[in-house]
Amino acid sequence: MIRFERVWKRFPERGDALKDLSFELASGEMAFLTGHSGAGKSTLLRLIGLMERPSRGQVLVNRMNLSDLPPRKIPHHRRQLGMIFQDHHLLPNRTVFENVALPLVVAGMTRKEIGKRVRAALDQVGLLRFERALPITLSGGEKQRVGIARAVVARPPVILADEPTGNLDPELSREIFALFERFHDVGVTLLIATHNIDIIERMPYRVMRLHDGRLEADSGGW
Amino acid sequence: MKKPLRSRARQQRSLSVRLDAWLGHHRDSALLTLQRLSKAPLAAAMTVAAMAVALLLPASLYVLTDNLKALGGYWEGSAAISVFLQPGIEETTAADLATQWQARSDITRAQVVSRAQGLKEFREYSGLGVALDQLTENPLPVVIAVNPAPQIISETQLTHLITGLEQITEVDFTRLDTEWARRLQALVKLLERALWLLSLALAAGVLLVVGNTIRLEIENQRDEIEVMHLVGATTGFIRRPFLYSGAWYGLLSGVAAWAMVWLAVVLMQIPADRLAESYQSVFHVRALGPLASVLLIGGGAALGILGSWIAVEHHLGTMRARR
Ligand SMILES: Nc1ncnc2c1ncn2[C@@H]1O[C@H](COP(=O)(O)OP(=O)(O)O)[C@@H](O)[C@H]1O
Ligand SMILES: [Mg+2]
Repeated sequence: MIRFERVWKRFPERGDALKDLSFELASGEMAFLTGHSGAGKSTLLRLIGLMERPSRGQVLVNRMNLSDLPPRKIPHHRRQLGMIFQDHHLLPNRTVFENVALPLVVAGMTRKEIGKRVRAALDQVGLLRFERALPITLSGGEKQRVGIARAVVARPPVILADEPTGNLDPELSREIFALFERFHDVGVTLLIATHNIDIIERMPYRVMRLHDGRLEADSGGW
Repeated sequence: MKKPLRSRARQQRSLSVRLDAWLGHHRDSALLTLQRLSKAPLAAAMTVAAMAVALLLPASLYVLTDNLKALGGYWEGSAAISVFLQPGIEETTAADLATQWQARSDITRAQVVSRAQGLKEFREYSGLGVALDQLTENPLPVVIAVNPAPQIISETQLTHLITGLEQITEVDFTRLDTEWARRLQALVKLLERALWLLSLALAAGVLLVVGNTIRLEIENQRDEIEVMHLVGATTGFIRRPFLYSGAWYGLLSGVAAWAMVWLAVVLMQIPADRLAESYQSVFHVRALGPLASVLLIGGGAALGILGSWIAVEHHLGTMRARR
Protein backbone atom coordinates (compact mmCIF):
# COMPACT_ATOMS: atom_id res chain seq x y z
CA MET A 1 0.00 0.00 0.00
CA ILE A 2 2.77 2.41 0.95
CA ARG A 3 6.25 1.86 -0.41
CA PHE A 4 9.41 3.92 0.06
CA GLU A 5 12.30 3.21 -2.32
CA ARG A 6 15.65 4.70 -1.28
CA VAL A 7 14.08 7.96 -0.25
CA TRP A 8 16.20 10.92 0.77
CA LYS A 9 14.83 14.22 1.99
CA ARG A 10 17.16 17.15 2.32
CA PHE A 11 16.20 20.54 3.70
CA PRO A 12 18.71 23.04 2.35
CA GLU A 13 19.07 24.76 5.71
CA ARG A 14 19.01 21.62 7.93
CA GLY A 15 20.62 18.85 5.93
CA ASP A 16 19.23 15.36 5.40
CA ALA A 17 16.05 14.67 7.36
CA LEU A 18 15.61 11.22 5.78
CA LYS A 19 18.47 9.09 4.55
CA ASP A 20 18.12 6.25 2.08
CA LEU A 21 14.83 5.09 3.48
CA SER A 22 13.18 1.94 2.09
CA PHE A 23 10.22 0.03 3.47
CA GLU A 24 6.86 -1.30 2.47
CA LEU A 25 3.61 -1.26 4.36
CA ALA A 26 1.11 -3.86 3.20
CA SER A 27 -2.52 -3.05 2.64
CA GLY A 28 -4.43 -3.44 5.89
CA GLU A 29 -1.25 -3.35 7.96
CA MET A 30 -0.97 -1.31 11.14
CA ALA A 31 2.49 0.00 12.04
CA PHE A 32 4.08 2.40 14.52
CA LEU A 33 6.82 4.86 13.72
CA THR A 34 9.09 5.81 16.61
CA GLY A 35 12.33 7.67 17.13
CA HIS A 36 13.72 10.69 18.95
CA SER A 37 12.42 14.14 18.27
CA GLY A 38 13.86 15.33 14.97
CA ALA A 39 14.39 11.75 13.75
CA GLY A 40 12.27 12.42 10.68
CA LYS A 41 8.88 10.89 11.57
CA SER A 42 6.80 13.88 10.54
CA THR A 43 8.81 14.34 7.38
CA LEU A 44 8.15 10.72 6.42
CA LEU A 45 4.41 11.15 6.90
CA ARG A 46 4.42 14.47 5.06
CA LEU A 47 6.01 12.78 2.05
CA ILE A 48 3.09 10.38 1.88
CA GLY A 49 0.56 13.23 2.06
CA LEU A 50 2.58 15.18 -0.52
CA MET A 51 3.10 18.11 1.79
CA GLU A 52 6.76 17.50 0.92
CA ARG A 53 8.48 15.97 -2.08
CA PRO A 54 11.47 13.62 -1.75
CA SER A 55 14.89 14.90 -2.80
CA ARG A 56 15.75 11.47 -4.16
CA GLY A 57 13.98 8.12 -4.43
CA GLN A 58 10.35 7.17 -4.89
CA VAL A 59 7.26 7.09 -2.72
CA LEU A 60 4.44 4.86 -3.95
CA VAL A 61 0.92 4.81 -2.55
CA ASN A 62 -1.43 2.13 -3.80
CA ARG A 63 1.12 1.34 -6.59
CA MET A 64 0.95 4.97 -7.73
CA ASN A 65 4.30 6.71 -7.94
CA LEU A 66 3.77 10.07 -6.28
CA SER A 67 6.47 11.76 -8.39
CA ASP A 68 4.20 11.15 -11.39
CA LEU A 69 1.31 12.93 -9.72
CA PRO A 70 0.69 16.41 -11.17
CA PRO A 71 -0.03 19.17 -8.61
CA ARG A 72 -3.67 19.44 -9.58
CA LYS A 73 -4.20 15.77 -8.59
CA ILE A 74 -2.84 16.31 -5.09
CA PRO A 75 -6.28 17.08 -3.60
CA HIS A 76 -7.64 13.77 -4.89
CA HIS A 77 -4.62 11.95 -3.54
CA ARG A 78 -5.16 13.47 -0.09
CA ARG A 79 -8.76 12.32 -0.05
CA GLN A 80 -7.41 8.75 -0.04
CA LEU A 81 -5.61 9.54 3.23
CA GLY A 82 -6.97 10.32 6.64
CA MET A 83 -4.44 12.53 8.37
CA ILE A 84 -4.32 13.10 12.13
CA PHE A 85 -2.05 15.66 13.74
CA GLN A 86 -0.75 16.22 17.25
CA ASP A 87 -2.24 19.71 17.34
CA HIS A 88 -5.37 18.34 15.64
CA HIS A 89 -5.74 21.30 13.20
CA LEU A 90 -9.41 21.91 13.99
CA LEU A 91 -11.09 25.09 12.82
CA PRO A 92 -11.92 27.06 15.97
CA ASN A 93 -14.89 28.93 14.53
CA ARG A 94 -16.67 25.85 13.19
CA THR A 95 -18.69 23.36 15.16
CA VAL A 96 -17.56 19.80 15.74
CA PHE A 97 -20.01 18.68 13.07
CA GLU A 98 -18.68 21.16 10.52
CA ASN A 99 -15.08 20.24 11.28
CA VAL A 100 -15.74 16.57 10.77
CA ALA A 101 -17.77 17.26 7.63
CA LEU A 102 -14.95 19.18 5.96
CA PRO A 103 -13.41 16.30 3.95
CA LEU A 104 -16.86 15.40 2.63
CA VAL A 105 -17.72 18.99 1.75
CA VAL A 106 -14.52 19.46 -0.22
CA ALA A 107 -15.15 16.13 -1.97
CA GLY A 108 -18.48 17.52 -3.18
CA MET A 109 -21.01 15.46 -1.24
CA THR A 110 -24.59 16.52 -0.68
CA ARG A 111 -25.82 17.61 2.72
CA LYS A 112 -27.87 14.48 3.16
CA GLU A 113 -24.95 12.13 2.62
CA ILE A 114 -22.75 14.32 4.78
CA GLY A 115 -25.15 14.31 7.73
CA LYS A 116 -25.28 10.52 7.85
CA ARG A 117 -21.55 10.00 7.51
CA VAL A 118 -20.56 12.67 10.01
CA ARG A 119 -22.88 11.25 12.65
CA ALA A 120 -21.56 7.76 12.01
CA ALA A 121 -17.96 8.99 12.42
CA LEU A 122 -18.77 10.96 15.57
CA ASP A 123 -20.54 7.92 16.95
CA GLN A 124 -17.43 5.80 16.33
CA VAL A 125 -15.30 8.12 18.44
CA GLY A 126 -18.06 8.54 21.02
CA LEU A 127 -18.67 12.23 20.52
CA LEU A 128 -22.10 12.30 18.95
CA ARG A 129 -23.44 14.51 21.73
CA PHE A 130 -20.86 17.23 20.96
CA GLU A 131 -22.04 17.70 17.39
CA ARG A 132 -22.88 21.37 17.90
CA ALA A 133 -20.05 22.25 20.26
CA LEU A 134 -17.13 24.47 19.28
CA PRO A 135 -13.70 22.83 19.58
CA ILE A 136 -12.61 25.30 22.27
CA THR A 137 -15.17 23.84 24.68
CA LEU A 138 -13.68 20.34 24.38
CA SER A 139 -10.89 18.67 26.35
CA GLY A 140 -7.61 17.63 24.70
CA GLY A 141 -8.68 14.02 24.31
CA GLU A 142 -12.04 15.02 22.88
CA LYS A 143 -10.40 17.37 20.37
CA GLN A 144 -8.09 14.60 19.29
CA ARG A 145 -11.08 12.31 18.77
CA VAL A 146 -12.77 14.97 16.67
CA GLY A 147 -9.60 15.03 14.57
CA ILE A 148 -9.81 11.25 14.23
CA ALA A 149 -13.47 11.42 13.24
CA ARG A 150 -12.54 13.94 10.54
CA ALA A 151 -9.75 11.64 9.31
CA VAL A 152 -12.02 8.62 8.99
CA VAL A 153 -15.28 10.25 7.91
CA ALA A 154 -14.55 9.83 4.21
CA ARG A 155 -13.56 6.19 4.88
CA PRO A 156 -10.08 6.49 3.42
CA PRO A 157 -8.08 3.29 2.89
CA VAL A 158 -5.06 4.80 4.66
CA ILE A 159 -4.75 6.64 7.96
CA LEU A 160 -1.63 8.57 8.91
CA ALA A 161 -1.28 9.87 12.44
CA ASP A 162 1.52 12.15 13.64
CA GLU A 163 1.91 11.82 17.42
CA PRO A 164 -1.85 11.74 17.99
CA THR A 165 -1.44 11.14 21.72
CA GLY A 166 1.41 13.57 22.24
CA ASN A 167 -0.59 15.76 24.62
CA LEU A 168 -2.68 13.09 26.29
CA ASP A 169 -2.31 11.12 29.52
CA PRO A 170 -1.73 7.33 29.32
CA GLU A 171 -5.37 6.48 29.95
CA LEU A 172 -6.65 8.65 27.08
CA SER A 173 -3.78 7.49 24.88
CA ARG A 174 -4.80 3.88 25.37
CA GLU A 175 -8.33 4.78 24.31
CA ILE A 176 -7.03 6.40 21.14
CA PHE A 177 -4.92 3.36 20.28
CA ALA A 178 -7.91 1.11 20.88
CA LEU A 179 -9.79 3.26 18.38
CA PHE A 180 -7.02 2.76 15.81
CA GLU A 181 -7.23 -0.99 16.34
CA ARG A 182 -10.91 -0.86 15.44
CA PHE A 183 -10.04 0.75 12.10
CA HIS A 184 -7.34 -1.87 11.61
CA ASP A 185 -9.99 -4.55 12.19
CA VAL A 186 -12.01 -3.28 9.23
CA GLY A 187 -9.03 -3.35 6.88
CA VAL A 188 -7.66 0.20 6.99
CA THR A 189 -3.90 0.66 6.56
CA LEU A 190 -2.46 2.70 9.47
CA LEU A 191 0.90 4.35 10.04
CA ILE A 192 1.18 6.05 13.43
CA ALA A 193 4.13 8.13 14.61
CA THR A 194 4.31 8.02 18.41
CA HIS A 195 6.42 8.32 21.55
CA ASN A 196 4.17 6.07 23.63
CA ILE A 197 6.67 3.19 23.79
CA ASP A 198 5.02 1.59 26.84
CA ILE A 199 1.69 1.24 25.10
CA ILE A 200 2.85 0.10 21.69
CA GLU A 201 5.24 -2.50 23.15
CA ARG A 202 2.23 -4.26 24.55
CA MET A 203 0.51 -4.29 21.17
CA PRO A 204 1.23 -6.92 18.51
CA TYR A 205 2.04 -4.54 15.67
CA ARG A 206 5.04 -3.67 13.57
CA VAL A 207 7.31 -0.97 14.96
CA MET A 208 9.73 1.03 12.78
CA ARG A 209 12.35 3.08 14.57
CA LEU A 210 13.99 6.07 12.94
CA HIS A 211 17.28 7.51 14.11
CA ASP A 212 18.65 10.66 12.49
CA GLY A 213 16.69 9.98 9.35
CA ARG A 214 17.69 6.32 9.00
CA LEU A 215 15.50 3.30 9.59
CA GLU A 216 17.36 1.84 12.56
CA ALA A 217 15.05 -1.00 13.47
CA ASP A 218 11.99 -2.57 11.88
CA SER A 219 10.10 -5.38 13.50
CA GLY A 220 8.29 -6.39 10.33
CA GLY A 221 8.23 -6.05 6.56
CA TRP A 222 11.49 -6.52 4.65
CA MET B 1 -6.83 -5.49 -1.64
CA LYS B 2 -10.23 -4.44 -0.49
CA LYS B 3 -11.66 -1.76 -2.71
CA PRO B 4 -12.16 1.39 -0.70
CA LEU B 5 -15.78 2.11 0.02
CA ARG B 6 -15.39 5.68 -0.98
CA SER B 7 -14.53 5.13 -4.62
CA ARG B 8 -17.30 2.61 -5.02
CA ALA B 9 -19.74 5.09 -3.54
CA ARG B 10 -18.46 7.75 -5.86
CA GLN B 11 -19.11 5.66 -8.93
CA GLN B 12 -22.70 5.22 -7.90
CA ARG B 13 -23.29 8.90 -7.51
CA SER B 14 -25.11 10.23 -10.48
CA LEU B 15 -24.22 13.43 -12.20
CA SER B 16 -27.29 15.16 -10.83
CA VAL B 17 -26.28 14.41 -7.26
CA ARG B 18 -22.86 15.89 -7.87
CA LEU B 19 -24.35 18.92 -9.57
CA ASP B 20 -26.61 19.29 -6.58
CA ALA B 21 -23.63 19.28 -4.24
CA TRP B 22 -21.77 21.72 -6.44
CA LEU B 23 -24.68 24.14 -6.56
CA GLY B 24 -25.05 23.68 -2.83
CA HIS B 25 -21.48 24.80 -2.29
CA HIS B 26 -22.03 27.82 -4.49
CA ARG B 27 -25.08 28.79 -2.49
CA ASP B 28 -23.27 28.21 0.79
CA SER B 29 -20.30 30.28 -0.38
CA ALA B 30 -22.55 33.12 -1.48
CA LEU B 31 -24.47 33.17 1.78
CA LEU B 32 -21.45 32.66 4.00
CA THR B 33 -19.51 35.51 2.42
CA LEU B 34 -22.51 37.82 2.61
CA GLN B 35 -22.83 36.91 6.28
CA ARG B 36 -19.17 37.73 6.84
CA LEU B 37 -19.63 41.14 5.21
CA SER B 38 -22.58 41.91 7.43
CA LYS B 39 -20.59 40.90 10.52
CA ALA B 40 -17.99 43.60 9.82
CA PRO B 41 -20.23 46.25 8.25
CA LEU B 42 -17.86 49.17 8.76
CA ALA B 43 -14.89 47.50 7.08
CA ALA B 44 -17.12 46.29 4.27
CA ALA B 45 -18.64 49.76 3.85
CA MET B 46 -15.17 51.32 3.57
CA THR B 47 -14.18 48.93 0.81
CA VAL B 48 -17.49 49.38 -0.97
CA ALA B 49 -17.24 53.18 -0.69
CA ALA B 50 -13.72 53.26 -2.12
CA MET B 51 -14.77 51.05 -5.01
CA ALA B 52 -17.97 53.02 -5.55
CA VAL B 53 -16.08 56.30 -5.83
CA ALA B 54 -13.79 54.75 -8.42
CA LEU B 55 -16.84 53.56 -10.38
CA LEU B 56 -18.67 56.85 -9.87
CA LEU B 57 -16.11 58.96 -11.72
CA PRO B 58 -16.36 57.27 -15.13
CA ALA B 59 -20.11 56.80 -14.66
CA SER B 60 -20.69 60.50 -14.07
CA LEU B 61 -18.41 61.45 -16.94
CA TYR B 62 -20.49 59.15 -19.10
CA VAL B 63 -23.69 60.84 -17.96
CA LEU B 64 -22.13 64.23 -18.65
CA THR B 65 -21.14 63.39 -22.23
CA ASP B 66 -24.46 61.70 -22.81
CA ASN B 67 -26.27 64.85 -21.74
CA LEU B 68 -24.01 67.10 -23.79
CA LYS B 69 -24.82 64.97 -26.82
CA ALA B 70 -28.50 65.22 -26.10
CA LEU B 71 -28.12 68.95 -25.58
CA GLY B 72 -26.33 69.21 -28.93
CA GLY B 73 -29.23 67.54 -30.69
CA TYR B 74 -31.67 69.69 -28.81
CA TRP B 75 -29.94 72.91 -29.80
CA GLU B 76 -29.47 71.78 -33.35
CA GLY B 77 -33.21 71.44 -33.65
CA SER B 78 -33.64 75.06 -32.62
CA ALA B 79 -30.72 76.28 -34.72
CA ALA B 80 -31.25 79.38 -36.70
CA ILE B 81 -31.02 79.37 -40.50
CA SER B 82 -30.14 82.64 -42.15
CA VAL B 83 -31.87 82.77 -45.53
CA PHE B 84 -30.26 85.36 -47.83
CA LEU B 85 -32.65 86.65 -50.49
CA GLN B 86 -31.67 87.56 -54.04
CA PRO B 87 -30.26 91.08 -54.37
CA GLY B 88 -32.97 93.49 -55.31
CA ILE B 89 -35.75 91.73 -53.41
CA GLU B 90 -37.51 94.33 -51.38
CA GLU B 91 -38.35 94.13 -47.71
CA THR B 92 -42.09 94.10 -48.37
CA THR B 93 -41.74 90.95 -50.50
CA ALA B 94 -39.59 89.50 -47.79
CA ALA B 95 -42.27 90.20 -45.21
CA ASP B 96 -44.83 88.30 -47.32
CA LEU B 97 -42.46 85.36 -47.63
CA ALA B 98 -41.84 85.35 -43.91
CA THR B 99 -45.54 85.23 -43.14
CA GLN B 100 -45.96 82.34 -45.60
CA TRP B 101 -43.10 80.40 -44.09
CA GLN B 102 -44.21 80.96 -40.56
CA ALA B 103 -47.41 79.13 -41.43
CA ARG B 104 -45.46 76.02 -42.43
CA SER B 105 -45.40 73.12 -40.03
CA ASP B 106 -41.61 72.63 -40.21
CA ILE B 107 -40.89 76.25 -39.25
CA THR B 108 -41.59 77.85 -35.91
CA ARG B 109 -40.54 81.35 -36.63
CA ALA B 110 -39.47 83.38 -39.67
CA GLN B 111 -38.40 86.95 -39.15
CA VAL B 112 -37.21 89.53 -41.62
CA VAL B 113 -33.88 91.16 -40.83
CA SER B 114 -34.00 94.50 -42.67
CA ARG B 115 -31.01 95.58 -44.70
CA ALA B 116 -30.37 98.51 -42.38
CA GLN B 117 -30.50 96.26 -39.32
CA GLY B 118 -28.25 93.76 -41.09
CA LEU B 119 -25.69 96.42 -41.85
CA LYS B 120 -25.77 97.65 -38.27
CA GLU B 121 -25.16 94.14 -36.94
CA PHE B 122 -22.48 93.52 -39.53
CA ARG B 123 -20.69 96.72 -38.55
CA GLU B 124 -20.70 95.71 -34.91
CA TYR B 125 -19.47 92.20 -35.62
CA SER B 126 -16.87 92.96 -38.26
CA GLY B 127 -15.29 96.03 -36.77
CA LEU B 128 -15.20 97.53 -40.26
CA GLY B 129 -17.32 100.46 -39.10
CA VAL B 130 -15.43 103.35 -40.74
CA ALA B 131 -14.79 101.46 -43.96
CA LEU B 132 -18.45 100.62 -44.25
CA ASP B 133 -19.38 104.26 -43.81
CA GLN B 134 -17.58 104.90 -47.11
CA LEU B 135 -20.26 102.91 -48.91
CA THR B 136 -22.89 105.02 -50.55
CA GLU B 137 -25.28 102.13 -50.87
CA ASN B 138 -26.17 99.28 -48.52
CA PRO B 139 -24.69 96.16 -50.21
CA LEU B 140 -26.43 93.67 -48.02
CA PRO B 141 -29.39 91.59 -49.18
CA VAL B 142 -32.50 91.13 -47.10
CA VAL B 143 -32.23 88.17 -44.74
CA ILE B 144 -34.96 86.06 -43.17
CA ALA B 145 -33.99 84.34 -39.92
CA VAL B 146 -35.74 80.96 -39.77
CA ASN B 147 -36.13 78.76 -36.69
CA PRO B 148 -37.00 75.17 -37.57
CA ALA B 149 -39.86 73.51 -35.73
CA PRO B 150 -38.87 71.46 -32.64
CA GLN B 151 -39.64 68.17 -34.39
CA ILE B 152 -36.86 68.89 -36.88
CA ILE B 153 -34.16 67.05 -34.96
CA SER B 154 -32.07 64.98 -37.27
CA GLU B 155 -29.44 66.17 -39.67
CA THR B 156 -31.38 64.84 -42.70
CA GLN B 157 -34.57 66.59 -41.67
CA LEU B 158 -32.65 69.81 -41.35
CA THR B 159 -30.94 69.37 -44.72
CA HIS B 160 -34.29 68.63 -46.27
CA LEU B 161 -35.72 71.85 -44.92
CA ILE B 162 -32.72 73.86 -46.10
CA THR B 163 -32.66 72.50 -49.66
CA GLY B 164 -36.38 73.17 -49.86
CA LEU B 165 -35.81 76.79 -48.91
CA GLU B 166 -32.97 77.19 -51.39
CA GLN B 167 -35.22 76.11 -54.25
CA ILE B 168 -37.51 79.09 -53.71
CA THR B 169 -36.82 81.68 -56.47
CA GLU B 170 -36.41 84.64 -54.18
CA VAL B 171 -33.77 82.82 -52.13
CA ASP B 172 -30.12 83.32 -53.02
CA PHE B 173 -28.43 81.07 -50.44
CA THR B 174 -28.74 79.96 -46.81
CA ARG B 175 -26.38 79.63 -43.93
CA LEU B 176 -26.80 77.35 -40.96
CA ASP B 177 -25.08 78.54 -37.86
CA THR B 178 -23.30 75.36 -36.81
CA GLU B 179 -20.04 76.62 -35.38
CA TRP B 180 -21.13 76.02 -31.81
CA ALA B 181 -22.42 72.55 -32.75
CA ARG B 182 -19.05 71.56 -34.17
CA ARG B 183 -17.33 72.81 -31.06
CA LEU B 184 -19.71 70.86 -28.88
CA GLN B 185 -19.10 67.75 -30.95
CA ALA B 186 -15.34 68.14 -30.57
CA LEU B 187 -15.78 68.54 -26.83
CA VAL B 188 -17.93 65.43 -26.64
CA LYS B 189 -15.31 63.46 -28.59
CA LEU B 190 -12.62 64.64 -26.23
CA LEU B 191 -14.69 63.72 -23.20
CA GLU B 192 -15.44 60.31 -24.66
CA ARG B 193 -11.75 59.59 -25.08
CA ALA B 194 -11.08 60.81 -21.55
CA LEU B 195 -13.88 58.54 -20.41
CA TRP B 196 -12.10 55.50 -21.82
CA LEU B 197 -8.77 56.36 -20.26
CA LEU B 198 -10.36 57.24 -16.96
CA SER B 199 -12.36 54.02 -16.98
CA LEU B 200 -9.25 51.94 -17.52
CA ALA B 201 -7.32 53.72 -14.78
CA LEU B 202 -10.18 53.49 -12.31
CA ALA B 203 -10.92 49.86 -13.17
CA ALA B 204 -7.32 49.18 -12.15
CA GLY B 205 -8.07 51.10 -8.95
CA VAL B 206 -11.12 48.96 -8.26
CA LEU B 207 -9.03 45.83 -8.79
CA LEU B 208 -6.44 47.08 -6.32
CA VAL B 209 -9.00 47.92 -3.65
CA VAL B 210 -10.85 44.62 -3.87
CA GLY B 211 -7.59 42.70 -4.24
CA ASN B 212 -6.25 44.23 -1.06
CA THR B 213 -9.43 43.50 0.87
CA ILE B 214 -9.40 39.89 -0.32
CA ARG B 215 -5.72 39.62 0.59
CA LEU B 216 -6.63 40.55 4.16
CA GLU B 217 -9.43 37.98 4.15
CA ILE B 218 -6.98 35.33 2.97
CA GLU B 219 -4.51 36.28 5.71
CA ASN B 220 -7.27 35.99 8.28
CA GLN B 221 -8.23 32.56 7.04
CA ARG B 222 -4.73 31.23 6.63
CA ASP B 223 -5.27 28.35 9.08
CA GLU B 224 -8.58 27.45 7.56
CA ILE B 225 -7.09 27.36 4.07
CA GLU B 226 -4.23 25.20 5.33
CA VAL B 227 -6.67 22.68 6.80
CA MET B 228 -8.77 22.72 3.64
CA HIS B 229 -5.67 21.85 1.64
CA LEU B 230 -4.86 19.02 4.01
CA VAL B 231 -8.27 17.40 3.73
CA GLY B 232 -8.09 17.47 -0.07
CA ALA B 233 -9.75 20.70 -1.16
CA THR B 234 -8.96 21.79 -4.69
CA THR B 235 -7.75 25.30 -5.38
CA GLY B 236 -11.06 25.98 -7.09
CA PHE B 237 -12.94 25.04 -3.95
CA ILE B 238 -10.78 27.25 -1.75
CA ARG B 239 -10.99 30.11 -4.22
CA ARG B 240 -14.77 30.04 -4.54
CA PRO B 241 -15.82 31.88 -1.37
CA PHE B 242 -13.26 34.59 -2.04
CA LEU B 243 -14.65 35.08 -5.53
CA TYR B 244 -18.11 35.45 -4.03
CA SER B 245 -16.75 37.94 -1.55
CA GLY B 246 -15.27 39.96 -4.42
CA ALA B 247 -18.52 39.69 -6.35
CA TRP B 248 -20.47 41.09 -3.41
CA TYR B 249 -18.10 44.01 -2.98
CA GLY B 250 -18.28 44.73 -6.70
CA LEU B 251 -22.04 44.41 -6.88
CA LEU B 252 -22.65 46.61 -3.84
CA SER B 253 -20.25 49.28 -5.06
CA GLY B 254 -21.86 49.20 -8.52
CA VAL B 255 -25.27 49.76 -6.97
CA ALA B 256 -23.90 52.52 -4.73
CA ALA B 257 -22.30 54.30 -7.70
CA TRP B 258 -25.52 53.93 -9.67
CA ALA B 259 -27.53 55.46 -6.83
CA MET B 260 -25.11 58.38 -6.54
CA VAL B 261 -25.36 59.09 -10.27
CA TRP B 262 -29.13 58.96 -10.02
CA LEU B 263 -29.08 61.43 -7.15
CA ALA B 264 -26.78 63.77 -9.06
CA VAL B 265 -29.14 63.68 -12.06
CA VAL B 266 -32.12 64.48 -9.88
CA LEU B 267 -30.26 67.40 -8.34
CA MET B 268 -29.13 68.67 -11.75
CA GLN B 269 -32.66 68.70 -13.11
CA ILE B 270 -33.50 71.76 -11.02
CA PRO B 271 -30.94 74.17 -12.58
CA ALA B 272 -31.57 72.55 -15.97
CA ASP B 273 -35.25 73.40 -15.68
CA ARG B 274 -34.41 76.99 -14.83
CA LEU B 275 -32.01 77.26 -17.73
CA ALA B 276 -34.39 75.71 -20.24
CA GLU B 277 -37.18 77.93 -18.99
CA SER B 278 -35.23 81.02 -20.04
CA TYR B 279 -35.22 79.58 -23.57
CA GLN B 280 -38.93 78.77 -23.28
CA SER B 281 -38.26 75.08 -23.63
CA VAL B 282 -37.81 71.85 -21.66
CA PHE B 283 -34.68 69.81 -21.19
CA HIS B 284 -34.70 66.52 -19.30
CA VAL B 285 -31.36 65.60 -17.75
CA ARG B 286 -30.68 62.03 -18.82
CA ALA B 287 -29.84 59.44 -16.17
CA LEU B 288 -28.03 56.17 -16.88
CA GLY B 289 -29.97 54.11 -19.41
CA PRO B 290 -30.82 50.45 -18.78
CA LEU B 291 -27.79 49.20 -20.71
CA ALA B 292 -25.39 51.61 -19.00
CA SER B 293 -26.89 50.68 -15.61
CA VAL B 294 -26.37 46.98 -16.25
CA LEU B 295 -22.85 47.73 -17.46
CA LEU B 296 -22.02 49.74 -14.35
CA ILE B 297 -23.39 47.24 -11.83
CA GLY B 298 -22.34 44.15 -13.78
CA GLY B 299 -18.95 45.69 -14.50
CA GLY B 300 -18.52 46.37 -10.78
CA ALA B 301 -19.29 42.76 -9.96
CA ALA B 302 -16.99 41.50 -12.73
CA LEU B 303 -14.15 43.70 -11.48
CA GLY B 304 -14.77 42.43 -7.95
CA ILE B 305 -14.49 38.83 -9.11
CA LEU B 306 -11.43 39.52 -11.24
CA GLY B 307 -9.63 41.43 -8.47
CA SER B 308 -10.31 38.70 -5.98
CA TRP B 309 -9.22 36.02 -8.45
CA ILE B 310 -5.88 37.77 -8.91
CA ALA B 311 -5.46 38.15 -5.14
CA VAL B 312 -6.28 34.49 -4.48
CA GLU B 313 -3.93 33.23 -7.18
CA HIS B 314 -1.13 35.36 -5.87
CA HIS B 315 -1.54 34.70 -2.16
CA LEU B 316 -2.40 31.01 -2.31
CA GLY B 317 0.69 30.65 -4.47
CA THR B 318 2.92 32.33 -1.90
CA MET B 319 1.30 30.31 0.89
CA ARG B 320 2.10 27.07 -0.92
CA ALA B 321 5.65 28.20 -1.55
CA ARG B 322 6.17 29.07 2.11
CA ARG B 323 4.80 25.81 3.43
N1 LIG C 1 10.18 22.42 6.62
C1 LIG C 1 11.38 22.16 7.14
N2 LIG C 1 12.41 22.95 6.86
C2 LIG C 1 13.63 22.68 7.35
N3 LIG C 1 13.92 21.65 8.13
C3 LIG C 1 12.93 20.81 8.45
C4 LIG C 1 11.60 21.02 7.98
N4 LIG C 1 10.83 20.02 8.45
C5 LIG C 1 11.62 19.24 9.19
N5 LIG C 1 12.88 19.70 9.19
C6 LIG C 1 14.04 19.08 9.86
O1 LIG C 1 14.05 17.72 9.54
C7 LIG C 1 14.40 16.95 10.67
C8 LIG C 1 13.31 15.93 10.94
O2 LIG C 1 12.18 16.61 11.41
P1 LIG C 1 10.78 15.90 11.71
O3 LIG C 1 10.44 15.05 10.56
O4 LIG C 1 9.81 16.94 12.11
O5 LIG C 1 11.16 15.01 12.96
P2 LIG C 1 10.20 14.30 14.02
O6 LIG C 1 8.81 14.41 13.52
O7 LIG C 1 10.68 12.90 14.07
O8 LIG C 1 10.40 15.01 15.30
C9 LIG C 1 14.63 17.92 11.79
O9 LIG C 1 16.02 18.16 11.89
C10 LIG C 1 13.90 19.14 11.36
O10 LIG C 1 14.54 20.29 11.87
MG1 LIG D 1 7.17 15.36 14.35
